[in-house]
Amino acid sequence: MAVLNVNGKAVEYTAEPDTPLLWVLREQLGLTGTKYGCGIAQCGSCTVHIDGAPVRSCSIPVNAVGTQKVVTIEAIADNGVLNKIQKAWVALDVPQCGYCQSGMVMAATALLAAKPNPTDADIDEAMTNICRCGTYQQVRAAIHAAAKA
Amino acid sequence: MTIQTSLGRRGFLVSGAAVAGGFSLGFHLPFDESVAHAQAVKELNAWVVVHPDDKVVIRIARSEMGQGTLTGLCQLVAEELECDWNKVTWEYPTPGENLKRNRVWKNFSTGGSRGIRESQQYVREGGAIAREMLIAAAAKQWNVPAAECSAANSTITHKASGKTVTYGAVAAAAAGLEPPKEVKLKDPKDWKVAGKPLPRLDTVDKVTGKQIYGMDHTMPGMLVATVRACPVITGKLKSFDASKAEKMPGVKKIFAIDGDAVVVVADTYWRAKTALDAVTTEWNIGDLGKVSTETISEMLKEGLTAKEAFVGNKAGDAQKAIEGAAKKVEATYSFPYQHHVTMEPMNATALYTPDKCEVWCGTQNGEAALAAASEAAGLPIAKCEVYKLMLGGGFGRRGRSDYVRQAVLAAKEMPGTPIKLIWSREEDMTHCQYHPTTMAKMTAGLDAQGNLVGLHIRISGQSILASLLPQNLVNGMDPATFQGLMQSGVEATYGYDIPNLMVDHAMRNPHITAGFWRGVNVNQNAVYMECFMDELAAAAGQDPLAYRLKYLKPKWAAVLKAACDKAGYGKPLPEGRFHGISQVMGYGSYVAGVAEVSVSPDGQLKIHKITAATNPGHVVNPAQIERQVAGSFVYGLSAALYGEITVKDGAVEQTNFDSYNVMRIDEMPDVETVLVPTHDFWGGVGEPTIAVAAPAVLNAIAKATGKRVRNLPLANNDLKKGA
Ligand code: FES
Ligand code: FES
Repeated sequence: MAVLNVNGKAVEYTAEPDTPLLWVLREQLGLTGTKYGCGIAQCGSCTVHIDGAPVRSCSIPVNAVGTQKVVTIEAIADNGVLNKIQKAWVALDVPQCGYCQSGMVMAATALLAAKPNPTDADIDEAMTNICRCGTYQQVRAAIHAAAKA
Repeated sequence: MTIQTSLGRRGFLVSGAAVAGGFSLGFHLPFDESVAHAQAVKELNAWVVVHPDDKVVIRIARSEMGQGTLTGLCQLVAEELECDWNKVTWEYPTPGENLKRNRVWKNFSTGGSRGIRESQQYVREGGAIAREMLIAAAAKQWNVPAAECSAANSTITHKASGKTVTYGAVAAAAAGLEPPKEVKLKDPKDWKVAGKPLPRLDTVDKVTGKQIYGMDHTMPGMLVATVRACPVITGKLKSFDASKAEKMPGVKKIFAIDGDAVVVVADTYWRAKTALDAVTTEWNIGDLGKVSTETISEMLKEGLTAKEAFVGNKAGDAQKAIEGAAKKVEATYSFPYQHHVTMEPMNATALYTPDKCEVWCGTQNGEAALAAASEAAGLPIAKCEVYKLMLGGGFGRRGRSDYVRQAVLAAKEMPGTPIKLIWSREEDMTHCQYHPTTMAKMTAGLDAQGNLVGLHIRISGQSILASLLPQNLVNGMDPATFQGLMQSGVEATYGYDIPNLMVDHAMRNPHITAGFWRGVNVNQNAVYMECFMDELAAAAGQDPLAYRLKYLKPKWAAVLKAACDKAGYGKPLPEGRFHGISQVMGYGSYVAGVAEVSVSPDGQLKIHKITAATNPGHVVNPAQIERQVAGSFVYGLSAALYGEITVKDGAVEQTNFDSYNVMRIDEMPDVETVLVPTHDFWGGVGEPTIAVAAPAVLNAIAKATGKRVRNLPLANNDLKKGA
């Protein structure tokens, strides 16, 4: 039994130490909002925040997380109210199939925290998540809308 | 219009003991609703359930996979039902229930952009019938003629007496009434809910992580499996050694299925995957090991000039016209295998016992998944059931039930234990039904004025039907190969009127499975036709738009002109930028695109802007159409820029996004959508636009660089000056 700090709580899990954080979140802690898309840090579907920074959870072994604070899509809202990014996502009806969108929201939330007024170039650089439904145009518009909100 | 209702008599209330979270009801409730509540409320008909609190549940048979069909279909039902849109929720009926009820929901299959265009009539009737029953119940209660009552916004009003009642209050009484035999559907001009840019019904859960996909499904006692099938498609398993893997943590069972795959079942995915990596396998691939992209290419090249070919479209005498023409123009194009790459890899959960088999999965075709489950389980279909979950992308991939079959076969090895089978991305990338590869030899004759007098399109390459549905071949011919070049029909009709035309197909089928891929054969046929049209215009010394307009039929021409007008085609562009155009008709709709691109001297392509026009006939949700059009450019341009599956030693070489690149946000052009509906037919919007993406960009590149790219993907071509 080992311990992680996830979404503000100390939680116990059982897994080999080299298990990717993604699978501990999904299979041990039931946090299925974080998605598996590639497993090799390419697609961003599995993005979580570790100490506030966006991290691809498929590519970090759980034992490397230590006492750092992990936040997943399930806890990204502000005290139960959708955060700025989520609100903009709903207002602009961004998701199509939605599978990539947890990762998109996590990446965009981290971007706005670091750069409250991101330029298009900032968005290009930070939002390397793959969306096969092709929601990029709405994603960009929603980030700009959230920045203004 | 007055129509005979195509719906049968109202079916009986589905009820039964609630087990496994209410699934025995035959409905999967996407919301956190009380099952007991759902049981107590009688449906008005197969499509509509109104609860005492006025909540309206609309049942949708087609699968939602991002395309927005769920919201659009609900809008159509709600429009006729005259209900309050804010009270609308939805649920999926199950394929098993559909069969039990004599297919009351008709077709579950979700592909070919047919969700709305093929079900609009009967879902609207469903809404209208329910409305009439609610009105009749209120009229009966008030003892007034139903004709004196009207319904709007979930409320029935008797004008003369001023009485009103909400739907919820009369729904129970209405459910006991005989449905009307005839209903009058509204004129789309009078629509209030349909035709409006309403937000989707399924957005909020997708931004909070709450939305459950097949991958997220869980059940008490569930184990997780993963699979490795023969890397050479159609190859067989010779032997495997699991002695090391068996001893690894969490591993429950390791076995072969179908003679071509090894499955590891463990307590978690990661443990199953780790153990599978430790299993060694030997395969029997015979001569398939000699097949490569090069050998496939040779096979297709031979077909370009082969004597025998299936004729798909013909007018006059193309050969004679070309021979007698003042000028002959020839070009050969090729289109590679491509992968759908749904964001969510394939997966399904199955629970097998000797007298029942149940499956939980995302599928584009619930009924096909049910049939696959029944076949794999060896149980009659009546003892099987499929519960549809949200799809993390479909694009045609989830129309095939190979992953369902595997999940059931795995579950059969462990009766009574639910097994979730997850494909790794690598397994997914290497075991697909790929977009077929074809080539085309284009031969045209021009007269002295540059007029197109004869055209021969010889297609050589793979048939989807031969691969997936050989029973649907017509005397050996695959009519779908000619999509976009067909003489008639709503699916994808050729827009040009050319006096002498021959379109034929030399079928050449490599062992790689081919399948339906968003947009299907319209995609490559549009590249061949629309790029070659620009080549012909250039040979004639004429403008590509003006040249097309000489031959395009009115509806095709109108949408192309609309796109060009909006894009300012023909007007000066910023220095170094060029326009390319294309058009097609597909899935019932007419679409066109204008791409504005620049290419730097070192060959860097930038797609600045896309202007796209669509005539889908009736518009059910303009906001969702815009999103489908923008998304179609991402899908079509990803394929044009990067999409290529190659074969080596008989196996697919690409394994993940690092070897199969797709477009990301930094390459996304600004897409402007122009809707030019003519309101006289029902067309689909999920697919047609994909086909105009590549040719519009390729035509713009040719103008920018003088280079005509005829082999996709673009990544294989050097656009550098002088290269
Ligand atoms: S699953 Fe982690 S980046 Fe794709
Ligand atoms: S919304 Fe489907 S992959 Fe992004």
